[in-house]
Amino acid sequence: MDRIPILKMGPFLLVTIQVDMHDQLALQLQDDLTGRIVAVKARGVLIDISSLEIVDSFIGRMISNIAGMARILDAETVVVGMQPAVAITLVELGLSLEGVRTALNVDKGMALLQKSLEDPEVEQ
Amino acid sequence: MPALASISVANRAVLPIRSQEDIVRVRQATREHAVAHGFSLVDQTKLVTAASELARNTLDYGNGGEVEIERLIDGIRKGLRLTFTDQGPGIEDLEKALTDGYSTGGGLGLGLSGARRLSSEFNIDSAPGKGTRIVIARWR
Repeated sequence: MDRIPILKMGPFLLVTIQVDMHDQLALQLQDDLTGRIVAVKARGVLIDISSLEIVDSFIGRMISNIAGMARILDAETVVVGMQPAVAITLVELGLSLEGVRTALNVDKGMALLQKSLEDPEVEQ
Repeated sequence: MPALASISVANRAVLPIRSQEDIVRVRQATREHAVAHGFSLVDQTKLVTAASELARNTLDYGNGGEVEIERLIDGIRKGLRLTFTDQGPGIEDLEKALTDGYSTGGGLGLGLSGARRLSSEFNIDSAPGKGTRIVIARWR
């Protein structure tokens, strides 16, 4: 194993993180995602972290990195499903996930990606 | 901080920190002990996140070490204490190391300072050449 599956859905890529990732797995995902964005010319990335019980500074940095790299590759990133306890902890930890768009669930995240595709002027 | 004499240890476990998989195990063990000790979900999450940061520091900067997890009972209060120990190079400038955004390893520089914010008690003992020992506790 040791790879997180990336699904393609139209112009978007979908990732659901369902395991307690060790650091190498997080880095692997970062590499895989940027590769896939280019390979399928994806316009958006949706990362579902509803199963993640913690986001520490390493995973937080990975999420920010993915969003930054995706943007340079002309793709939007939306992170969805963060658990309330994780959000509370992130703020206290001092992580702001700058430049990362978030939505409450997959539906809202997809709507956000769709919208950014339709009118790219409405940005950040 | 309460007088140490009144605190008793109800349960104790020691885990090695030698690989990235060990960091995941430290997270899981911390979660188990926090749940068993009746911590709320938010308190569990804060403690597990702090444990993850410190375990990674032990591995990356301390060249590996171990963590001792203790369930504390102090009268009606219950707490969890984590002690991270390594025999690594130690920390030269503690004050700097505890500053947000300062990192010698290319990280975000939030590990140590963030773990301190997520804990009720935080104690660090380190000097060049003599390793590092970090004790955190959180009471519910």
